Amino acid sequence: MKGARKAHATRATAVVGHPVRRKDGLDKVTGAARYIDDLVLPGLLYGTTIRSTISRGEIASVHLDFDTTGFTIVSARDIPGKNVVSLIEADQPSLADGRVEHVGEAILLLAHADKERLLDVRVSIDYRPAAPVVEPELSPTTFKEITIAKGDLGRGFAEADLVVEGEYRTGHQEHLYIETNGVLAVPGDGGITVHGSLQCPYYVHRALCELLSLPERKVRVIQTETGGGFGGKEDYPSVLAGHAALLALKSGRPVKMVYDRAEDMLATTKRHPAIVRHRTGVTRDGHLTAIDIEVLLDGGAYVTLSPVVLSRGLLHATGPYRCDHVRVHGRVVKTNTPPNGAFRGFGAPQTQFAAEVHMDRIGEQLGLDPIQVRERNALRPGDTMATGQRIEANGGALRVLREAARRTRFRQRRRALRGTDRGLGVALFFHGAGFTGSGEVKLRSKATLELTRRGVRVGVTATEIGQGARTVLAQIVATALGIPYEHVEMPPADTSLAPDSGPTVASRTTMIVGRLLELAARDLKRRLRGRTPAESWRAHGPISVTKEYTPPPGLTWDEEQYVGDAYGTWAWACDVAEVELDRDTGIVRPLRITSVADIGRVIHPVMARGQMEGGTAQAVGYALTEEVVMRDGRMANAQLTNYLIPTTADTPEIDVVFVERPYRNGAFGAKGVGELPMDGGAPAIVNALRSLGADVRAVPATPERVLDALSKG
Amino acid sequence: MKRGMSRRRFMTSVGAGVTTAAAVAAAPRVARGSPVAEAGRRVDLVLQVNGSRRRIAVEPRTTLIEAIRDGLGLTGTKPGCERGECGACTVLIDGRPRYACMMLALEAEGAEVTTVEGLMRGEALGAVQQAFVEHDAFQCGYCTSGQVMAVEGLLRQHADPSLEQIRQGLAGNLCRCGAYAHIFAAAKKAATLKGTGR
Repeated sequence: MKGARKAHATRATAVVGHPVRRKDGLDKVTGAARYIDDLVLPGLLYGTTIRSTISRGEIASVHLDFDTTGFTIVSARDIPGKNVVSLIEADQPSLADGRVEHVGEAILLLAHADKERLLDVRVSIDYRPAAPVVEPELSPTTFKEITIAKGDLGRGFAEADLVVEGEYRTGHQEHLYIETNGVLAVPGDGGITVHGSLQCPYYVHRALCELLSLPERKVRVIQTETGGGFGGKEDYPSVLAGHAALLALKSGRPVKMVYDRAEDMLATTKRHPAIVRHRTGVTRDGHLTAIDIEVLLDGGAYVTLSPVVLSRGLLHATGPYRCDHVRVHGRVVKTNTPPNGAFRGFGAPQTQFAAEVHMDRIGEQLGLDPIQVRERNALRPGDTMATGQRIEANGGALRVLREAARRTRFRQRRRALRGTDRGLGVALFFHGAGFTGSGEVKLRSKATLELTRRGVRVGVTATEIGQGARTVLAQIVATALGIPYEHVEMPPADTSLAPDSGPTVASRTTMIVGRLLELAARDLKRRLRGRTPAESWRAHGPISVTKEYTPPPGLTWDEEQYVGDAYGTWAWACDVAEVELDRDTGIVRPLRITSVADIGRVIHPVMARGQMEGGTAQAVGYALTEEVVMRDGRMANAQLTNYLIPTTADTPEIDVVFVERPYRNGAFGAKGVGELPMDGGAPAIVNALRSLGADVRAVPATPERVLDALSKG
Repeated sequence: MKRGMSRRRFMTSVGAGVTTAAAVAAAPRVARGSPVAEAGRRVDLVLQVNGSRRRIAVEPRTTLIEAIRDGLGLTGTKPGCERGECGACTVLIDGRPRYACMMLALEAEGAEVTTVEGLMRGEALGAVQQAFVEHDAFQCGYCTSGQVMAVEGLLRQHADPSLEQIRQGLAGNLCRCGAYAHIFAAAKKAATLKGTGR
């Protein structure tokens, strides 16, 4: 008996590090998985949104030019609580009240039992337009300003033999999850239940309590199967859930709102465009003596998550390099365009694009190849970053750089390609895992394990959005508890059943929530005293263990000075991209990307590779084709035929290699992976273009930009 | 070397007409409100779906995806754009992949319609579904039904497709999670599974 149990435990322990089947796999391949638009209820109404057609002005009057019989109509006056979308600042109204700040801003909500009737509504709105601000450089309104400083910049530049300057630009990026935003709000018991396609159930929960003036227990948020998020379902669902809830409470009936594709592209958040200026002091032999960086982010019309996007952007702005004298200053400003929000990478892809193209330019001026200039300056164990954070003994950027150079035979290959239309480029990058600074301490995430008759049930509000959270968290629990993976139950994220384990963002789920579950499982294992869950259940009934986040010892962060440990740890990676350029058309075809990444211990090798490949594919789109055309504050290409995300034909072969250096405070040594690959693809591709003589300083590197760069070269 | 349709080439081939029309349709709802033709008039229709005859009443303008999802309750077929741009709603019409959002339900009368639900053999997964699970050929799962159907359609035409044929066959099915390499592997595996008669 004892022997049998031991064998059983050994088998279970093998789960972490092995490619078990996804928990949600069967439902997804059979079509049984239920996404928001698959849900219907008796008495269901469908909701729609009347939006601003101008980018700034006052609303003079609203006329309903249709037969309103059978319609539920909601305006700002119907809001029982505060007319805000509760996030960082209380500046964004749920519904415009007298004035609008961007095209697509919600003004009026309508619901009807017949979907088709919603297409016939005629609402005319008279505006007193005001002059919009669409250029961030001309904005008079700063949402947030941050400075990071280290050493003495004057001294650093005095030590330099050469100063290299440059300006780099990145555009908006649309998430383009294939499932658009959608929710279903169900009124009852003096409260509201919202089902939705979303990443952060408790963000929505908090926003609903404020908007509806309801106590916490009267609001319930349940995540349905979610067809992609990438940050696009971090902040926006709080807006949409509020709208559906207002309609549901007023009508007393369930209300479903699912955006169509054009509406989703026009009205929801995007990645912040950025202008980044570098001024770098460097010695003749290639050592950085001073780094001075100026970042400007376009926040759009409301604050949303902009202050934290700026923060992460600045903390990644130097790239993974050592330098004693650093100043990074940045602002995020208001423009009259739809608010920008969270998008995989969260500010870091913008600033690291600039840093990595700039690094190639530094190398060029010194006659150093891209590997040499990076090798000289890559962060090593014991080095300090701009905030003073010290690199741990098994950290740093050198290892992934050398592995990528070796695996791709970078120098040899680059020589071989000389004189052809193929180019090779490299990008070295890092990504801080988890919330920035004291963010995790403030979140105080919780996770629960409950014994069941045959295993355990996991209580978290970490959401499965395709990244594999359900599977990875179950692997961690199974392994720590020594039970079969199949005996770990992963119910949907539901605020009435699970504690707040924090938002599913910032590459934090495996590392932070996974660690809480690992600790809970070890605790539970002790309490089982060698019994199986089934034996314990029979003898003692239910047991439940809850763990709350406590920061690892030694982590410090000064929010005012921007000094200390910006992140618990960093993931490191190096991309090498090979591209083919058509010099007549300017079309760039990426052929192969090699991505060497240190994400700590890999919990599920196939899904982790999938994260790297998927993030890299999004970075390919960011680099080459994904251009949001804003015309007078309105996205002019809100469709998939001219906002171009990569198809099978545009996505290169992606070779992923993991360098596993375990992080002692992550679940089984894991760090985050989700966002990391988004940071490197664009600069690697643009640097490959540099090797072909195209000095491109902005993404997307559209054929027009590439031809322009070639003609100047 | 023949390659699948890239996004740029696609744009080149559809030309400016589509762009203009779509830009109008993409205007916020305020600008909408064309009268709906024949609203309310329904006609009886018999669809042959997943091997069984299903009678439903639809308006002439009802699309196939609406008929499948709302009329027949087969929600495995997903709407992603409802204008033939993403491929999430791919079904088989007489064995060939088609976008269900770009076809009227009436047009499908007399044809054999196969949805993802129709690939199951009782409780067992179809070969393509099995291969998708084995190769982790999806992440969020939303485009997956369409990808599965596109692979199924491809394999009915090419029993043992090359990588280029697979790439080409799936070029009309967008996956924003970027699971393409896994989908290619699954397609290869499914060909093997079908070949061995599983």
